[in-house]
Amino acid sequence: MPNKTHVTATINGEEMEFLCEPRQSLLEVLRETLGLMGAKEGCNNGNCGACNVILDGALVNSCLVLAVEIQGRNITTIEGIASPNGLHALQQKFIEHAALQCGFCTPGFIVASKALLDNNPDPSEQEVRAWLAGNLCRCTGYDRIVKAVLDAADS
Amino acid sequence: MQSFDYVSPKSADEVVALLAGKNGDARILSGGTDLLVQLREGRRQAKLVIDIKNIPELTQITFDSKNGLRIGAAASCHEICSDPNVIKYYPGLVDGIHLIGGVQIQSRASVGGNLCNASPAADSIPALIVHEAVCNITGPKGKRSIPVESFCVAPGRNAMQSGEFLTSVTVPAPQENFGASYLRFIPRNEMDIAVVGAGASVILDADRKRFVAVRISLGAVAPTPLLASPAGDFLSGKSVTHQNVKEAALRAQAIAKPITDLRGTAEHRKHLVAVLVERALDKAIERAGGKYAE
Repeated sequence: MPNKTHVTATINGEEMEFLCEPRQSLLEVLRETLGLMGAKEGCNNGNCGACNVILDGALVNSCLVLAVEIQGRNITTIEGIASPNGLHALQQKFIEHAALQCGFCTPGFIVASKALLDNNPDPSEQEVRAWLAGNLCRCTGYDRIVKAVLDAADS
Repeated sequence: MQSFDYVSPKSADEVVALLAGKNGDARILSGGTDLLVQLREGRRQAKLVIDIKNIPELTQITFDSKNGLRIGAAASCHEICSDPNVIKYYPGLVDGIHLIGGVQIQSRASVGGNLCNASPAADSIPALIVHEAVCNITGPKGKRSIPVESFCVAPGRNAMQSGEFLTSVTVPAPQENFGASYLRFIPRNEMDIAVVGAGASVILDADRKRFVAVRISLGAVAPTPLLASPAGDFLSGKSVTHQNVKEAALRAQAIAKPITDLRGTAEHRKHLVAVLVERALDKAIERAGGKYAE
């Protein structure tokens, strides 16, 4: 059993510490060590986007980041998107547009869309579609998701 | 995933020492978008993973008009494609690099990793080949450099010896009347692996009506990305005409040796080579400010 490494990182604005093995992904530690179950394990190989988190401002697949790599870094997960006052506009618009069915991919889509709007507050439909190409949804056919993101950008 | 130790050294010399100490059981971690998948699936083994992203010289992108561009091996695709000098002087590189995965992959994946993984279909490699890029390697015997077109030796295998690692890719300074481009065919809009990729670069004469030098590269039609020298050399000294460009595309087609697999048949790939090379040349000529003679 390899030695566990002590890691300190800022997660959703709060400094957190954990122990992990070098082989553990950030996704695994978020879910199994820190109890942040919002990021989902879909493909576990970087294709589906269900595990998306924002790492120092960059959208990443947390299944393809080792937890030991985040020492001193800043992470936003789906749990950090809403404010204490209520849902984020993206979350509200996903509900209004029924931009989800089973919901498994939704945390990834919301986090990815948040990273888009942080980077480009007024995206075109084409920009939304291109940005979300790394997130897979088997239910919605994407149209409702794209409409929800465009509506959130407008609001 | 298999167990391994993790280390994040602060200098290239430390990496050399760590690789030497592990005798082939160490793996270099850059963005992890290939390595972590390979380790998880058991396709590669590692007792030590060496994260090179905390070594400044391996993540920096520097440019000057005399020496050209230097891309640290661990610089992410996103950092490269948003670098103002890369955008201004090397749009043909952006063509290839921005195609590697979606936003999430671009944040992490590096061109160094794309090279080291040596996929025949890697999108950055044909673009680097037509720019005459060079791979800079450090190892126990010191430093050496290999032209990008000689770096990949077989699917998934590169020219580095045990104990060596890629530190940077350098690209010559842009010349007058130079233009380059890369494009690929995939059966969908995003997030796929090239069925065929084609790169082209041209240097035109002062009137921009004649080719001085041309490089054409091909991806996914051979065990490694190819520099199609006879096709590019054919155009040297010739006029910028559609007929000459079509002839060069046919010569590139003759060099392609594709296989049939789940992404496409050999016949379809052969057809695509001629189409894509012609389009890649068109774009390179346009970027060089060239005009076709009627």
